[in-house]
Amino acid sequence: MSGVERRNGVSHGEQAPQRETAANEWIERIQRVALNRDSAAFAELFGHFAPRIKAFLMKSGTDEAMAEECAQDVMATVWTKAAQFDPARASVATWVFTIARNRRIDMLRRQKRPEPEDLPWGPEAEPDQHDALVMQQETEKLVQALTQLPEKQRTLVDMAYFGDMSHSEIADMTGLPLGTIKSRVRLALERLRHEMHEKDSRR
Amino acid sequence: MIRHHLNDELLMAYSAGQLPEAFNLIVASHISLCDDCRARLAAFDALGGALLEELCNDGAPPSMAPDALSATMNRIAAMEAAAPAPSATGAPAGPACKVLPAPLRDYVGGGVDSIAWRNVGGGVRQSVLPTSREASARLLHIPGGVAVPAHSHRGIELTLVLQGAFRDEQDRFARGDIEIADAELHHTPVAEAGDDCICLAVTDAPLRFNGLLPRIAQPFLRI
Repeated sequence: MSGVERRNGVSHGEQAPQRETAANEWIERIQRVALNRDSAAFAELFGHFAPRIKAFLMKSGTDEAMAEECAQDVMATVWTKAAQFDPARASVATWVFTIARNRRIDMLRRQKRPEPEDLPWGPEAEPDQHDALVMQQETEKLVQALTQLPEKQRTLVDMAYFGDMSHSEIADMTGLPLGTIKSRVRLALERLRHEMHEKDSRR
Repeated sequence: MIRHHLNDELLMAYSAGQLPEAFNLIVASHISLCDDCRARLAAFDALGGALLEELCNDGAPPSMAPDALSATMNRIAAMEAAAPAPSATGAPAGPACKVLPAPLRDYVGGGVDSIAWRNVGGGVRQSVLPTSREASARLLHIPGGVAVPAHSHRGIELTLVLQGAFRDEQDRFARGDIEIADAELHHTPVAEAGDDCICLAVTDAPLRFNGLLPRIAQPFLRI
């Protein structure tokens, strides 16, 4: 499957949002790193994700020097594990998030993190294009829902993920309604569940 | 058919990397047996990905050091020199076992035959697994028909059934089912006649764990 075919397959939808196209370009770059050890593709991934990983770690209370060090380390892992990335199971941002999260656990708690047993995905070795597209669309909708959240609600979600929870004002924030994101997450859950069951019945 | 699942609080906290090691272990073990919770976890991971993507879009991101990319390329070269290129699939976690999923095989150091049991009275045996001290994890072996002495716990207790089944005042729990019990629940689990019951039990007794995070996550997670 060439990159050109993949791009065409995705851009058939006339109003494919710009971001969605961007998400697919990240997939292509990961695949170029995996297959060709393409350092130009990696430099683009680095430019986009390394500052985000650093920001994620600093929001979690890591000092800047350590966050810089860890962001480099996470990006090095992105390179070495690029072949394991599966676009039918996660967006590039989600995959990078899981690597950064595990690195943070390793750093803050000095613990390894038990991971679920890998699913036997059956005979299909090639990632399914349709699954990949659905996954990317869902992630994109989550990003949009996040951007539309009122600031206070957004802060609440941030704190749940970034672990910056040692402040007393947290108590005041419980009970906030999270309408948009709630319905978005519920939809994403339903679709993912549906996809997963389809996959199950196929194998 | 799994009837008792992880709740959204635990799934989200696992996705966010906020749980003590023993809780990570039981969540990973349940997900290994439960495709439904695996899909729900994927949605929470996707939320983490969306948060990461959004991080720098509302202001100046922290910039990386000027030489960060070349330093990272050096790091990659060092990593690849130190270890052979990893295969596309992760390393298998030892030979398969009909009772223990991979995350537990890692902690036990093998399958169900490798568990180092100790008698704790009444025919019940247990094996404490090595995790960080914030919370504790132990495997329990309860002969069919035997009751575990009534107990309550200071914090939250999670019990995942790996073989056989047990009943308590709440319901019936079979392989893959997870019971989430809080401090108020006083229960007397009884292993069903038939196969001996093997469970993974996790408690946060040494620390108050059930406080902050679940309370914060709660409004978000009533979905």
